[in-house]
Amino acid sequence: MFPAQFTYERARSEDEALAALAKYGSDARILAGGQSLIPAMRYRLARPGVLIDINPITAFEYIEERDGYLSVGATARDYAIEMSSPIRSRYQLLAATSKVIADPVVRQTGTLAGSLCHNDPAGDWPVAALAARAQIVVRGVRGTRLVSADDFLVDSFTTAVGDDEMAVEVRFPKPPPLTYGAYHKIERKVGDFATACAGVQLTFDTGGRVAAAGIAIGAVGAKALRVADGEMMMTGYVPTEELIGEVVEVAKRVADPVADNRGSVQYKREMAGVLVGRALRDACRLSGLKGEGASW
Amino acid sequence: MTATLGVPMKRKEDPRFIRGKGRYLDDIVLPNMLYLALVHSPYPHARIKSIDKSAALAVTGVKAVITGEDLNAAKLEWLPTFHGFDKQMVLAFGKVLYQYQEVAGVIAETREAAADAAELVEVEYEPLDPVVDPFESMKDAVILRDDREEKTNHIYHWEVGKRDETDAALAASPVRIKERIVAPRCHPAPLEPCGAIADMNTATGRLTVYLTSQAPHVHRTAFSLVTGIPEDKIHIISPDVGGGFGNKVPVYPGYVVATVASVILGIPVKWVESRTENLTTTGFARDYHMDVELGATTDGKLTALKVSTVADHGAFDAAADPRKYPAGMFGIVTGSYVFPAAFAQVDAYFTNKPPGGIAYRCSFRVTEAAYAIERAMDILASELKMDPVELRSLNFIKNEQFPFATPLGFVYDSGDYETTMRKALSLIGYDDLRKEQAEKRQRGDLMGIGVSTFTEVVGAGPGKHFDILGIKMFDSAEIRIHPTGAGIVRAGTRHQGQGHETTWAQIVGEELGLDPQDLLVEEGDTDTAPYGLGTYASRSTPVAGAALALAARRVREKARKIAAHLLEASEDDVEWKDYKFSLKGVPGKAVTMKEVAFAAYTNPAPDSEPGLEATYYYDPPNMTFPFGTYVAVVDIDRETGAVDVRRFLAVDDCGTIINPMIVEGQVHGGLTEGYAIAFMQEIKYDEAGNNLNTNFTEYLVPTALESPSWETARTVTPSPHHPLGAKGVGESPNVGSPQAFVNAVMDALSPLGVRHIDMPLTREKVWQAIRGATA
Amino acid sequence: MVISVVVNGTRYERDVEPRMLLAYFLREELRLTGTHVGCDSSSCGCCTVVLDGTRAVKSCTMFAVMADGHAITTVEGLEQNGKLHPLQQAFWDNHGLQCGFCTPGMMMTAYAMLRHTPNPSEREIREGISGNLCRCTGYNNIVKAIAQAAKELTTVETVTDEIAAPQKETVPS
Ligand SMILES: Cc1cc2nc3c(=O)[nH]c(=O)nc-3n(C[C@@H](O)[C@H](O)[C@H](O)COP(=O)(O)OP(=O)(O)OC[C@H]3O[C@@H](n4cnc5c(N)ncnc54)[C@H](O)[C@@H]3O)c2cc1C
Ligand code: FES
Ligand code: FES
Repeated sequence: MFPAQFTYERARSEDEALAALAKYGSDARILAGGQSLIPAMRYRLARPGVLIDINPITAFEYIEERDGYLSVGATARDYAIEMSSPIRSRYQLLAATSKVIADPVVRQTGTLAGSLCHNDPAGDWPVAALAARAQIVVRGVRGTRLVSADDFLVDSFTTAVGDDEMAVEVRFPKPPPLTYGAYHKIERKVGDFATACAGVQLTFDTGGRVAAAGIAIGAVGAKALRVADGEMMMTGYVPTEELIGEVVEVAKRVADPVADNRGSVQYKREMAGVLVGRALRDACRLSGLKGEGASW
Repeated sequence: MTATLGVPMKRKEDPRFIRGKGRYLDDIVLPNMLYLALVHSPYPHARIKSIDKSAALAVTGVKAVITGEDLNAAKLEWLPTFHGFDKQMVLAFGKVLYQYQEVAGVIAETREAAADAAELVEVEYEPLDPVVDPFESMKDAVILRDDREEKTNHIYHWEVGKRDETDAALAASPVRIKERIVAPRCHPAPLEPCGAIADMNTATGRLTVYLTSQAPHVHRTAFSLVTGIPEDKIHIISPDVGGGFGNKVPVYPGYVVATVASVILGIPVKWVESRTENLTTTGFARDYHMDVELGATTDGKLTALKVSTVADHGAFDAAADPRKYPAGMFGIVTGSYVFPAAFAQVDAYFTNKPPGGIAYRCSFRVTEAAYAIERAMDILASELKMDPVELRSLNFIKNEQFPFATPLGFVYDSGDYETTMRKALSLIGYDDLRKEQAEKRQRGDLMGIGVSTFTEVVGAGPGKHFDILGIKMFDSAEIRIHPTGAGIVRAGTRHQGQGHETTWAQIVGEELGLDPQDLLVEEGDTDTAPYGLGTYASRSTPVAGAALALAARRVREKARKIAAHLLEASEDDVEWKDYKFSLKGVPGKAVTMKEVAFAAYTNPAPDSEPGLEATYYYDPPNMTFPFGTYVAVVDIDRETGAVDVRRFLAVDDCGTIINPMIVEGQVHGGLTEGYAIAFMQEIKYDEAGNNLNTNFTEYLVPTALESPSWETARTVTPSPHHPLGAKGVGESPNVGSPQAFVNAVMDALSPLGVRHIDMPLTREKVWQAIRGATA
Repeated sequence: MVISVVVNGTRYERDVEPRMLLAYFLREELRLTGTHVGCDSSSCGCCTVVLDGTRAVKSCTMFAVMADGHAITTVEGLEQNGKLHPLQQAFWDNHGLQCGFCTPGMMMTAYAMLRHTPNPSEREIREGISGNLCRCTGYNNIVKAIAQAAKELTTVETVTDEIAAPQKETVPS
């Protein structure tokens, strides 16, 4: 299977990329890792007239902590995230997510920014981005916007990026001390998109109470979903099995999956709950904090 | 010279593959070659109202567009299917009968142009209601095939055994079980897709076809029958084949269209299918819906077996079975057990699905049969509250009963089932596992142990029973020893990873006392190899392997004459001992095969022909019956339904072993395929007839991470009728393993009262079963 | 569009259509047919090559134009001066291949993996090659082969450096 013809524009710098976007408008697509776009083009499900290749922009490859954020550039590969020592040591949710996306070869090319821009309803990064409260730096020739993950992920395969814009960076607020995270995914095999997935990030106070919670689920709706009520229910409380059980029920109510080869509506919804429960327990376990009355 | 048989010799074919120098079909580029792309139907059942080629023809680089009507005009619209009951459309005309059916072919200068133009072929369809389910099809409410005289969707009824006796025995049995057991539609999906390059030389009138073929000679005959080109004018070359597993046995429309195009244009034409084409149009496997009944006494002695099967063959009957056996060797369904009475029947139906029914890493319909009996035995054991192992032991065919005639017509050559099973149980620590399981059950954990003690039937087959397209299922070997003692060995088989270049050299080396490293093995070229039926159904070692040994013995007989001449003795005084010809009773007086080979060309015996070569066409006297015991140990996650195969042990008995390293590799590979079938592989259709598994994102192939780490062992019970005692192994692991996995999962779920779940055992199916039982 | 790539140490300049996939560029333009194509969905890994000495990529999911200015190592580049790479030797020694179709991609994935993870555990090997499918071997012997090669490569440390994809600048065009 071979893609339809297109015009190829190589962007060597951010300016070149933005200029090309301004020039071609809606006919153009950014080409990042290409791990979603190129297969779609081979099946001729996507037929962009112009591809603007941002891979040559090495200045976009960074993964670094600055100004209270972890900043991930638009061409940083999933594999670099997986291997990054600050991420491994301080961003457990991201580290756990990075290990289960696609397969290890695809991860050497696919990008976090590309995944968010693709916004596959079963994608993993959108879930982690919601739970970790990421912000996306969106830029066009007309200027730069900082968009929260909630606003960025509009609908299936639709984001807040305008035709003449691109995402240049994804930012994760630097987790305060006593922050722990986990990511759980059910996949039929390595390289499969999730049947259901859940990402969790909890910040505790020294008494073992949850000071801030991020909980999101994926593959169970038109896009990744925040379990906002669950987050609220946990905040200010010491986690107990009972509380986790209630959050699981909330997650199941939030889930609104469709049936496909991966599973029925019922199964996916139930699994969203199971995985939220497991991720919450993991985060609690990792914290090692047993506040008063804690049970998990 | 030492023994070369039974030695784990490193493979002779590997040096080219590890260097990336294998030569697979798509690696071949001929001058001026054009590319074929096929146009496929989006509908499973529709009338073709019109086809407009004009937009496609206008694409730069497009040379021709061929439709079913064009082939019709040339009388090339049908191709024969292998067992000769039916024929298959090359390109649809009148009606399309399955989704993705080939409707037109575009020939262009580049692959890209062909793909661009294929999109522009405008086909107007009038959709018809599809019949997707064979149980609907059997009602004949819609007749799918209006080209046939018989106005029914029923293809054939086949039966074996004694119906009345079996019904009576079942009725009289104090214990009976009955279960619908489905072997779902799956696909062999070798990593290299199918393809062809047809090259018609208009000057010589000779057609060369490079083909991803497991059976190049049969394909040559088939091509001659389809095209009317005399067989001497057809040259088939099957280059390195990137896996077959049965998928590369049939003839596919793409092959024929590429050939027709090359014949018309006089230019080579290449067709290589995409993965989607592979999964949606080429030979599928199984789709057997089996009602299995077992009868037994209260203490577990089997009394009767009855199996009634509905087979879904898709739109054409392209199952590659021998003519006499439309359901292949399904009669092996009595397995390793003694049944006083047995009966099996199969009824096959057309549906709006692609044709196939090929043997996916098994002999014809043997996986289905082995699965049915081994599942049924477990169900019976749980009914009787007996350990499934003891039930098997009680009913095994005993060593002294071999050769054993089964009620369904086979004569098993040899077996030692009890020893093999006990070896497996002791290696895996069966008793300890059962103890562990009992403890876990107390805690509510779901752990299961599954056993399969299967018998297979391979090595098709004796010419009096078995044929493909009327051609007897013999195989052949030709050996030429050169003056220096090196030689070339050719066989009618075509390996696709089985290691023939090594094992064939080992067989001949052993028989002739020559170094296998000096014996070049060549297969796959119909101009040079002797006629053979090819490599599938684990038949290479049982049939061609025997032909090789016997051809080598013919060479040896001739060599004996020369040796006698060299030793200045009479032939009777010369004996073949320790890989040399020696003079009886005169120690040290001997000549080697190398010396004989040189003499064959430089100093032949005065009354004999020069040269040293022989050919052998081997018609096997019987099939061979490999067997084994497989044990799976699983843990199940109650919350998600995930099954973890903690351990898997395969103890195989495939008779004499030619190369233990290769045998073990074959077992590993087949087990991973069995695992895939048990847990994740199915080609599913929705009610509208849409294929739901059209590429590797939905048709799942396990990776190294899902695939368990395999444990293997063996026993050796030689086949009494094979010249080497070998039985063949390539398919045992696939035939023997699915039921071990399923039995293990059912064993784990048995405390919940779950009796049977059809494959693939997805997490959701397991979860639903747990949920249903605990709700 | 004209691109310049260094493949197995040799620089090539070719004019290609933007839609040409790197796998087909290697196979058909450069006639390096050891890189295979087994699917259309970036699933099988038969087409895996190594970019700039360290990064395994599925060459069916990359346009040749994207490789401009990069160095590529394919299976044909593993053997050096008539000596098999330890991975090649280990696949042969351990019966790590049957039909051989997945083998080049499998070795190239392992090649990149061993640069990042020189002493992998069995689990890490299985994870590392889980983007590459094999239908024949059941993986047991592939895992063994990679473990052998890893041992070999860590004891003869220079080997990896010796065959690292050459820097563009040092390669004669
Ligand atoms: C075999 C396989 C398995 C996979 N499994 C998973 C999985 O389990 N989970 C998962 O989440 N993903 C999975 N993926 C997809 C993931 O790996 C993709 O890489 C990712 O979703 C897209 O990232 P990319 O860099 O490849 O983007 P591309 O494919 O290059 O682009 C994707 C889309 O985003 C747009 N885009 C990319 N970057 C930008 C930008 N900076 N600004 C604006 N628009 C942009 C593109 O125009 C395109 O529309 C899988 C892919 C493959 C091939
Ligand atoms: S060919 Fe299958 S991943 Fe590239
Ligand atoms: S060796 Fe055949 S696919 Fe791996």
